[in-house]
Amino acid sequence: MATHGIGASVLRKEDDRFLRGRGQYVGDFRLTGTRDVAFVRSPVAHARLEHVHVPDEFKNVVFTAKHLTGIKPIISAPSVKGFKYSVEPILATDKLRYVGEMVAMCVAPTRAEAEDIAGAVTLEFEELPPVTDMLSACEPGSPLVHEEWGDNIFVEFSENGPIEEVAKTAAIKVTKTIRTARHCMFPMEGRGVIAYRDPRLRYLTLITSTQFPHSVQTGLCECLGLDHGLVRIISPDVGGGFGYKGLLCPEEVALGWLALQVDHPVRWLEDCREHLTANANCREHHYQITGYADADGKLLAIDCVAHVDAGAYSAYPISSGLEAAQIANLLPGPYVFSAYRCRSFAVATNKCPTLPYRGVARSGVCLAIEAIMDAIAREAGMEPTEVRLRNMVRPEQMPFENVVGKHFDSGDHPECMRRAIEAIRLSEIRARQQRPEPDGRLIGVGLSFFVEQGAHGTSVLASWGRPIVPGYEQANVKLTADGDVEIHVGTHSHGQGHETTYAQVAYEILGVNFDKIKVVQGDTLYTPYSTSTWGSRSMVYGGGAVANASRLLAKRAAHIGAWLLQTDVANVRVADGKVIAGNSSVTLREVARAWYLQPQNLPPNIDTGGLDVTAGYRAERDSGTFTYAAHAAVVAVDPATGTIEILDYVVVEDGGTLVNPMIVDGQICGGTAQGIGTCLYEIMPFDAQGQPLASTMIDYMLPGATEVPDIRVLHMQTPSPYTEFGIKGLGEGGAVGPPAAIVSAVNDALRPLNVEVQDLPVTPERILAAIDASPKRATVDHA
Amino acid sequence: MKPVAFDIVRARSLAEATRLLAESGGTARLVAGAQSLGPMLNLRLAQPRLLIDITGIPDLTRIEDTDDSVTIGACVSTANIEDGRLPGRGLDTLPAVAAHIAYRAVRNRGTIGGSLCHADPAADWVSTLCALGAECLITGVNGKRRLLADQFISGAYQTALAADEILEAIRVPRLSAGGRCGYYKVCRKAGEFAMAIGVVLNDLDRGVFRVVIGATKGRPIVITDARDLQRADESIDDDAILRVFDKHGIVDRIARRQKLAALARAYNQAMKP
Repeated sequence: MATHGIGASVLRKEDDRFLRGRGQYVGDFRLTGTRDVAFVRSPVAHARLEHVHVPDEFKNVVFTAKHLTGIKPIISAPSVKGFKYSVEPILATDKLRYVGEMVAMCVAPTRAEAEDIAGAVTLEFEELPPVTDMLSACEPGSPLVHEEWGDNIFVEFSENGPIEEVAKTAAIKVTKTIRTARHCMFPMEGRGVIAYRDPRLRYLTLITSTQFPHSVQTGLCECLGLDHGLVRIISPDVGGGFGYKGLLCPEEVALGWLALQVDHPVRWLEDCREHLTANANCREHHYQITGYADADGKLLAIDCVAHVDAGAYSAYPISSGLEAAQIANLLPGPYVFSAYRCRSFAVATNKCPTLPYRGVARSGVCLAIEAIMDAIAREAGMEPTEVRLRNMVRPEQMPFENVVGKHFDSGDHPECMRRAIEAIRLSEIRARQQRPEPDGRLIGVGLSFFVEQGAHGTSVLASWGRPIVPGYEQANVKLTADGDVEIHVGTHSHGQGHETTYAQVAYEILGVNFDKIKVVQGDTLYTPYSTSTWGSRSMVYGGGAVANASRLLAKRAAHIGAWLLQTDVANVRVADGKVIAGNSSVTLREVARAWYLQPQNLPPNIDTGGLDVTAGYRAERDSGTFTYAAHAAVVAVDPATGTIEILDYVVVEDGGTLVNPMIVDGQICGGTAQGIGTCLYEIMPFDAQGQPLASTMIDYMLPGATEVPDIRVLHMQTPSPYTEFGIKGLGEGGAVGPPAAIVSAVNDALRPLNVEVQDLPVTPERILAAIDASPKRATVDHA
Repeated sequence: MKPVAFDIVRARSLAEATRLLAESGGTARLVAGAQSLGPMLNLRLAQPRLLIDITGIPDLTRIEDTDDSVTIGACVSTANIEDGRLPGRGLDTLPAVAAHIAYRAVRNRGTIGGSLCHADPAADWVSTLCALGAECLITGVNGKRRLLADQFISGAYQTALAADEILEAIRVPRLSAGGRCGYYKVCRKAGEFAMAIGVVLNDLDRGVFRVVIGATKGRPIVITDARDLQRADESIDDDAILRVFDKHGIVDRIARRQKLAALARAYNQAMKP
């Protein structure tokens, strides 16, 4: 490892501007003449829209569905058998399907004035009974979100392994019913769009806070009927995305259309209420899961029926089916067993669409399977970690294909678990539990284990029937006339630190001064087309592309350098920013000078592509990399108040070759904080009429600095055999493990009271309700 | 989430503020730290025509020290109380409570008077000042008057202030040397509003043994003689507390558990020698 190459914890290049408050987000752009947009949004969950009344004085600045000529609705229908597609109008036409659905667009010099206008627009509608619960939505006779379907099921996925034989003879059978909360993604920066016409370059230009500029370009072209060559997407600094910015949002289409009608830029900046109630919802699942095991805790079969509350529409391009598909094929997790049956349903409801959040579906499936492992441990009278170890893939079995054909590429799962057990000091906790705590609290310890499939490639995504399938990721790498390196990539960092890690990859190959390597991203005008940053793919795919392009660039530089050194190209190599032949060398700066400024010094048979290279990359085997991790938590539960404190938290993770371990630690800690939110705090509640009940951060609780413990991260590094440098995707796992580990720890703590909690979030009220309902009627000391 | 347009005036004196308030005919709101009013304006739950900023009125940020009490101007920030700006002895409870109100950024701006006037039942100052027997000093166009904090708070988000009155200051009696105040709140995370608050003031040298049950759906429940909640051995009597809950319609089983725990813990603090 060189000082700035693969494996170095280099300080992040982007932090210089971020920490000085000089980041540039959508809200920081000041374009002359910009007008602000506020949307009139549906106040009801389900209704037939009859009339939108706009006061005469605002007729010219309010736009409704009837104005949107030449615009197509968002239809995100994967070519999966039986998928029923939803038609999501940009502005509501005949029906209102969730509170917050956009009905009219109001334009004014300031947002406050636009909201004044929005307040003056009135809607006439006939309310319909709303569909607010995913389970009752599947009952016959339920009201229908989309009448033409005949039911409320977007799609059903199933794995139909034979389990009957095993079920009959298994010594242990455990069943759990688990509900996870619908919650919100809450990046620091919400969404925001500025749209304007660029008459010089003839682009409809959107400055928008997105993870994937090119997919927004494609989606926008589809909805507005424009060619790609007429649409430019700029995504500047992005203050977090977590999946929320990995889709085309109707606001982008609306603003894009509006910019084509008016002669000034238009802007919409999402506010907290819009974010919470109308947009960034995720993660609402229900599981009915049964596990079968032998008396020694060997898992024999899993049988599960799962539901996902997908909300009213299918988001583009990920679709409303993704979450349910993930459940069916990720539920087996890391464990070895051969009988698996699962049916998972994506259910339409009168709530805003659920969108893919970091570790799509995985925190839920991890919670479900780990609850089963814990239950088996109780039945078998074993330590829960022992049950997990007993059912893991052994290192000599790698690569391993699990019951649904997931191809685990490499690693040593039991060793990861053992390190977590040691780091969390399991035996000390067990000893501590033998005596009462002075403050009356109950101590518990829990662990979760999971695999994290990342960097899915063409073969995986094509089989999901996506409209946009990732292929060869490309990077453009060039030397400037000063011999500096400029990298253009189509992926887009929304917090991952790509400006640093891609530079590390180029440094590894070219060895130029690290400060002289610059990464350009976030603009369709300057970057190769890309499906961009989602699914923990950028470092594997974008990094691979930067490596390939850098190598090609090195080859071209070597050719010129050899000529300048008056030697054969076979005698030279590129390192430390130089072309080196024995004891003599020329710098890449001198090579660049020759190409750009002194071409009379170039060799005769030069590659006319020059020092500007675009190259692509696809993993040798594209079924995904398999990072894995154990999360371990120690908690203290106060049985009198129901409050929970996390006393210790350990993550042992194997993410293959780490490009920048410091950034990886940041990813893991940030994800874990989100997972703590999923487990203990976050819920977007709705009433029976489908009204969202949290519209500010007073009502919507996120973990803060005081709720996130000092997370101890330990690494293993087993390279992937299939990828450049052995890198694996690992951006999401932090958020996956915490609910399972913390719920396990809480239930371990509650064990003396003989009660358990299962639903998320685990609130003090739920703890106390479980204690209150206990037949044992545990009496609790006030301490 | 942008407010409806309003005017704002920075009042230079109490007289000017009360005059503006009276003249507005109910369309003006006083603003101090704006930590509650700010979000309400943005959500358009409050749509005043005029905001009267009272933070520049010198009278409202004064702290007056006497032997038996300290009088805290309504616009003294919670951070200033947290940082020990109150002189003298016998009021250690105030900085201790202040330190756990919301977050420092909120405490920097939020004022003790503003919190009391907002009268959120889950607010720390509401319960604490009721327990300490604080007096609210009120000024209006028609003169001055005083009310005990538990009379000042008339319900959830409701006070006894008339439309043209301003809370000028809060006079908090000092505890005697042997006096102790216990305070315990249950909340889901640091800085959040409480789900349960218990306050017990044990200052028998001054003849005070008061209990407050806060974070209710209305005014705090004040029990002026805590001996009603004691067993013979001076331990707290759960059954007596549950009867208080019954009397005040606190029926939710979870809320009863949390409020019981909060009160018992506050009591234990207050009874420690």
